[in-house]
Amino acid sequence: MLANHANLLQFFSSVEEVVGRKKLQKMIYILKKNGVPFGEKYEFHLFGPYSEELSLRVDELSNLGLIKETKEDKSSYFQYRYTITEEGQQFLTHYDNQFPDYQEAIRLLKEKSSRFLELVSTMLYFEELPQEEVEDKVRTVKKKQNYTDEEMTQAWEFISSLKKQQA
Amino acid sequence: MAYRDEKLDEEKVFKDPVHRYVHVRDRVIWDLIATPEFQRLRRIKQLGTSYMTFHGAEHSRFNHSLGVYEIVRRIVNNFENRKNWKKEQRLLLLCAALLHDLGHGPYSHSFEKVFGLDHEEFTRKIILGNTGVNHVLRKVSASFPKKVAEVINKTYGDKLIVSIISSQIDADRMDYLQRDAYFTGVSYGHFDMERILRVMRPREDQVVIKESGMHAVEDYIMSRYQMYWQVYFHPVTRSAEVILTKILHRAKALYKSDYTFKLRPEHFISLFDEKVALEDYIRLDENVTSFYFQAWLEEDDDILRDLCERFLNRRLFKYIEFNPLLHVKEMVELSRLFSEVGIDPEYYLIDDSSSDLPYDFYRPGEEEERLPIHLQLPNGKLKELSRQSDIVEAISGKKRTDHKLYFPQDILEALPDDSQQKQRIYEILFQ
Repeated sequence: MLANHANLLQFFSSVEEVVGRKKLQKMIYILKKNGVPFGEKYEFHLFGPYSEELSLRVDELSNLGLIKETKEDKSSYFQYRYTITEEGQQFLTHYDNQFPDYQEAIRLLKEKSSRFLELVSTMLYFEELPQEEVEDKVRTVKKKQNYTDEEMTQAWEFISSLKKQQA
Repeated sequence: MAYRDEKLDEEKVFKDPVHRYVHVRDRVIWDLIATPEFQRLRRIKQLGTSYMTFHGAEHSRFNHSLGVYEIVRRIVNNFENRKNWKKEQRLLLLCAALLHDLGHGPYSHSFEKVFGLDHEEFTRKIILGNTGVNHVLRKVSASFPKKVAEVINKTYGDKLIVSIISSQIDADRMDYLQRDAYFTGVSYGHFDMERILRVMRPREDQVVIKESGMHAVEDYIMSRYQMYWQVYFHPVTRSAEVILTKILHRAKALYKSDYTFKLRPEHFISLFDEKVALEDYIRLDENVTSFYFQAWLEEDDDILRDLCERFLNRRLFKYIEFNPLLHVKEMVELSRLFSEVGIDPEYYLIDDSSSDLPYDFYRPGEEEERLPIHLQLPNGKLKELSRQSDIVEAISGKKRTDHKLYFPQDILEALPDDSQQKQRIYEILFQ
């Protein structure tokens, strides 16, 4: 019961703090693409892979008091911070974690910016295409972000290090 | 004349209860409607199990797809000669509007959950595969099917085109809110679409709304909110969907355990094996599904037979509201008690949360997470809707969420009254 909620809560417990909803969305997507079986369905939105299911589930966890959400007004947008609460930790004691250990992947993801994770997740979304086409596609759908060749190279390296780590 | 520019000798019209008429003049659109893949949408209900609650809700994805096409046709007419509008995108946009739901299967949501399917992926496969739809689109140009698929998939380079079909105020939502309100018979879901269409303006990378149209948009946002809670997330509809999902789980589990079905479920085999070919997927619709549910009434497996009987005869599960935080221990205990009295909790004790049916609340957008609705001020600057509208700000703040627990009360009632487990189950559920 409530397995998807518990799996997300486990993530919040491991990550300690996530700053920004975009970062949260991209972290879960990248973990999912690297074999962590989160149940949330993603679609491509104007800013890359996005899961409404994840947004709603996070709202639920927050409404239940299992995670704490704080909101800061950054004038042109709001920024959110998430941490697990005592109640959340308590709730987790009733569930067996069925997921593989992804602590190292979390560490790698946490230290990256949301802009970088947006690039990585968009590349992963198009991963069935040849590498050159993936880069073309990113340049088309993310024209405004103006990603440099260097960022693209770093993103490929990052994807490869995640895959190695997964193996 | 090139096929893409061909017009029918006479305009064709479909009578439509929501938009009065759907007008077709382009040969390409007319040919697409005639394809088997598009006609298949007549056999897939727009609202899944909602007809169990609202008996009028039998309308199909065919109706809705024509409706979205019609709204886009009107938007395109309004945009003609406006800055930022590229006329050559017209046919691409109309085709994408018509075909945007092509990959939906029967009771899409349940099937996707149980069999790990993705209707968007099947939309893309139908458009790009060896199908009637692909044949028509290729007559326009070799690259045209790919472009249509990209617009629907939201990966097309021209964001303005994508936002007309799919954004927080798009033709898809404007059609389904009105259509679903009409067919369910509820009084929510109505808003002044004509006004919204008149105040829509094309910008370089999105559709925006003139500030003077803000109140019409507020109505639209309110409609979305009310339709979600009153129609889409109706607990009786959810009960029917819970049972439907469990039927599919049970049938798959039986197949995997080499159970011999009296009637081999031919149409489901590739789903059970998780190797769904495009042709298998296209063969599946709600008529086929209903046939199997009827056939499974004759099966020896008690659970499958009972669940099908419940679904077909609307003998649905009862529900209670619950708070997972307060009742987590009781839920673990309930599951144990159900097993002890011989009721399999896997199929007869099911939690359901609002996030299990992710309909879209309006999200103001934070760090460009999802494109919000922008108002265009008289000076040409843009302002996000909830920063200008108190009403929208109020309903897009803290989200209401909901958790329910579904169970078969009739089976519980049939347990002996002196059963300690029954008494404890009742205590947990009803006190």
